Amino acid sequence: MTLSAAASPAPTPLVQVRGLTVEFATEEGALRAVDGLDFHIDPGETLAVVGESGSGKSVTSLALMRLVEFGGGRISAGSILFDGSTGRRDLAAEPLEAMNGIRGNEIAMIFQEPMTSLNPVFTIGEQIAEAVRLHQGANDRDARAEALRMLEKVRIPEARGLLDRHPHQLSGGMRQRVMIAMALACRPKLLVADEPTTALDVTIQAQILRLIRILQEEMGMAVMFITHDMGVVAEVADRVLVMHRGKKVEEGSATEIFARPRHPYTRALLSAVPRLGALAGETLPRRFPLVVIEDGAAGVAGSTTQSPPQDTVRGDRPLLEVGDLTTRFDVRKGLFGGLTGRVHAVEQVSFDLRAGETLALVGESGCGKSTTGRTIMQLQTATSGRIAFKGRDIFAMAPAERRRLRQKIQYVFQDPFASLDPRLTVGFSIAEPLLTHELVPRAEIDDRVAALLADVGLLPEHAKRYPYEFSGGQRQRLCIARALACEPELLIADEAVAALDVSIQAQIVNLLMELQEKRGLAYVFISHDIAVVERVSHRVAVMYLGQIVEIGPRIAVFENPQHAYTRRLMAAVPIADPTRRDRDRPMLEGEIPSPIRRLDDLPVVRPLVEVAPGHFVARHPIGDFT
Amino acid sequence: MLDYLVRRILGTIPVILVISVVVFAFVHLLPGDPARLVAGMDATLEDVAAVRKSLGLDGPIWDQYWRFLSHAVQGDFGMSLKSRRPVITEIGERLMPTVWLTVFAMVWATAAGLLIGVASAVKRGRWQDWGGMFVAVSGISFPSFWLGLLMIDLFSVRLGWLPTGGYGTPAHFVMPSFTLGLGVAAVMARFTRSAFIEIAREDYVRTARAKGVPEQTVIWKHTLRNALVPVITMVGLQFGFLLGGSIVVETVFTWPGLGRLLVDSVAYRDYPVIQAEILLFSLEFIVINLAVDVLYALANPEIRFR
Repeated sequence: MTLSAAASPAPTPLVQVRGLTVEFATEEGALRAVDGLDFHIDPGETLAVVGESGSGKSVTSLALMRLVEFGGGRISAGSILFDGSTGRRDLAAEPLEAMNGIRGNEIAMIFQEPMTSLNPVFTIGEQIAEAVRLHQGANDRDARAEALRMLEKVRIPEARGLLDRHPHQLSGGMRQRVMIAMALACRPKLLVADEPTTALDVTIQAQILRLIRILQEEMGMAVMFITHDMGVVAEVADRVLVMHRGKKVEEGSATEIFARPRHPYTRALLSAVPRLGALAGETLPRRFPLVVIEDGAAGVAGSTTQSPPQDTVRGDRPLLEVGDLTTRFDVRKGLFGGLTGRVHAVEQVSFDLRAGETLALVGESGCGKSTTGRTIMQLQTATSGRIAFKGRDIFAMAPAERRRLRQKIQYVFQDPFASLDPRLTVGFSIAEPLLTHELVPRAEIDDRVAALLADVGLLPEHAKRYPYEFSGGQRQRLCIARALACEPELLIADEAVAALDVSIQAQIVNLLMELQEKRGLAYVFISHDIAVVERVSHRVAVMYLGQIVEIGPRIAVFENPQHAYTRRLMAAVPIADPTRRDRDRPMLEGEIPSPIRRLDDLPVVRPLVEVAPGHFVARHPIGDFT
Repeated sequence: MLDYLVRRILGTIPVILVISVVVFAFVHLLPGDPARLVAGMDATLEDVAAVRKSLGLDGPIWDQYWRFLSHAVQGDFGMSLKSRRPVITEIGERLMPTVWLTVFAMVWATAAGLLIGVASAVKRGRWQDWGGMFVAVSGISFPSFWLGLLMIDLFSVRLGWLPTGGYGTPAHFVMPSFTLGLGVAAVMARFTRSAFIEIAREDYVRTARAKGVPEQTVIWKHTLRNALVPVITMVGLQFGFLLGGSIVVETVFTWPGLGRLLVDSVAYRDYPVIQAEILLFSLEFIVINLAVDVLYALANPEIRFR
């Protein structure tokens, strides 16, 4: 890891990239994705390449592997000198066939999507063994033995049984371990990791990051780590390369970049990053410092201002009361589709929410946070329990009244690309709920849409356009405008900022908080991102296996976490500060347990215990916590 | 897997029952009295009653259906009105020629379709792709009776290389199976091409390249193996197309198969034979689709291990 510092002065770089330019042919001419990039990677070091979407960081990694040609790209200029076993070679000039001897052998790569990066029709063992056979000329039996050794190396329990399994039988975290085993099977000198943990839960991310680091030390290889997550950068990097629009913005050691970013873009990027602990000691949420990243004639500029705390909670009676809410799904198997078990997605969840308040539901995949939101929204039928809006039980309401209630509760989804109809103008999408519920006379619709667009920071003339003309951040603004059209009092935001770049993410979070201040909106903020949750929420509920294990004021849960799971979850979050990294902190081992149970095996649920005013904790055994 | 197989087989039972009802109803849905039609306009009432009894059209309707079904299960479809022989014997003689014709057509068409489809996909946008797709579109557009006649004119009449029709030697198979399979080959080529292009974009194909797998292995192992999954479904559907196509091709090449028997029976209003043939064609289609489902499961581990 720190080989570069320990080695003799200025080691020969393993990779020396000069003037790298990659172009893609488009109908409007050549699109330059990477433009005159220079950098190097020393043997044994970790270089993190950071940037937002469209910065060219992934294209750079694909160019290094010469995989960019298969995606329609072309290295139009520059050199990639690689210090391989057969001497120094310029990979940019190698014939494509010659790259087969280097790929997977001397340079290996792992990708972002472990769910789709393994071939579904071949066994795990075969997929690892293939690389060994190809590059080391091993026979079937030796290759299989080596595959087993690699699976053990990436700490997969019962590795022998896994050899003959297929990828769909494995979780995302396990598949990423298999990918790593495959990549490292031939002991490469360089591992290129393209967002390898982005699709994973934080606790699994922490495990994978630790695994990569341990293997890197064992094998003495260099790692080129592509990520958009500054927390991960701080966690892994020796040196950092910041990219923006295909160009290098800044390069330096990790501690230097984080402590003294020289370029305005780096500064803007860093200030937009949600940092866990940024609001330590404060009781109320507070907006992100305003970040403006502009790419005008004067280059990139960033500016920041501080905002006041979010003191918006109003009223003594709760707006929303959820009592012992349970949602289960049937699992059917076998010849006649007999009921064999149930998914206990939500198990006796209780909380309340006041006007102007934000309650965050946090937890990992399968913990039931989204199902809770969907059940409140009545997109999902509850198995049992009570949901009351303004004191009225919604399960007891007549269907017509319940439909009217739908206006008052609105939902914002994670994927702004999938949640707008591509064939309708955005003005129509926003106006549709107004028309359906007959809230506004037809003549006033246009004015109303214009006002809503202005509320979310867009222009009235945008109403005539189609979704493809907008960026991801703008689309999420449109989704928010549509949700606001019915004058809701409660907004359920389900991972509403998870798919966005950090700078956009900060803007959307600020927009949500501004709207809360203006309109007194209550939010159920569903998120896996603990650092964002710290920014927005007045109160936090931590979910695990369908149950709330801890709920209370944000400051209490974050600064005085009482449940072991909450503590482990917090510890797994990478902190965007390389000087604070603690690589040996305890973490959750193994997989996230499954919420599927046999019919006769009901989970234990007991009332939470109040440890401080408003701060409740589960004291009964749940899952791995006994 | 066994579970899956048993479930699939049980699932065909209601389908077969529905088909048997339709086939049974067929005679009743015809305008007029079938017994009168069969016996002839100048037959006596006693003759008509006798014919009605021999056709199994006497008594209450559920009773008729029950007799039809229980006889059909035993392979008894009555007597052919034309040849006065048992229908089952009539069909038995014609079954194998049609089976061999469709199997030959299917095998060459699938092989050729796969090759052309993969070649077109790999050389996407280049002349090989244009050429392959030109052949494919032509193959779909050519009516088989027209193509059959043209081939007879060229290869049999002018060149004298191949027999104009009939059944027996391998030479007899060449033109009919080519004519029958051409449309299928064309559809398979287009379908394989699009399936292959879609799979080639998958992350795991990139993973294979990142491992240093040579390009030919990437194509034939990593990509095609996955592209085969949808292609197998297509093969099953195309078999149905072939069964229909065989009627035309057998007529053109005077092939002694089921297709021509069906045409002849329709011309003669030989209801028992028509009924038996429709039932047989439907059963063939069900069995083939069952086989395809099994193959599909073998090719796709996500189904095999569910």
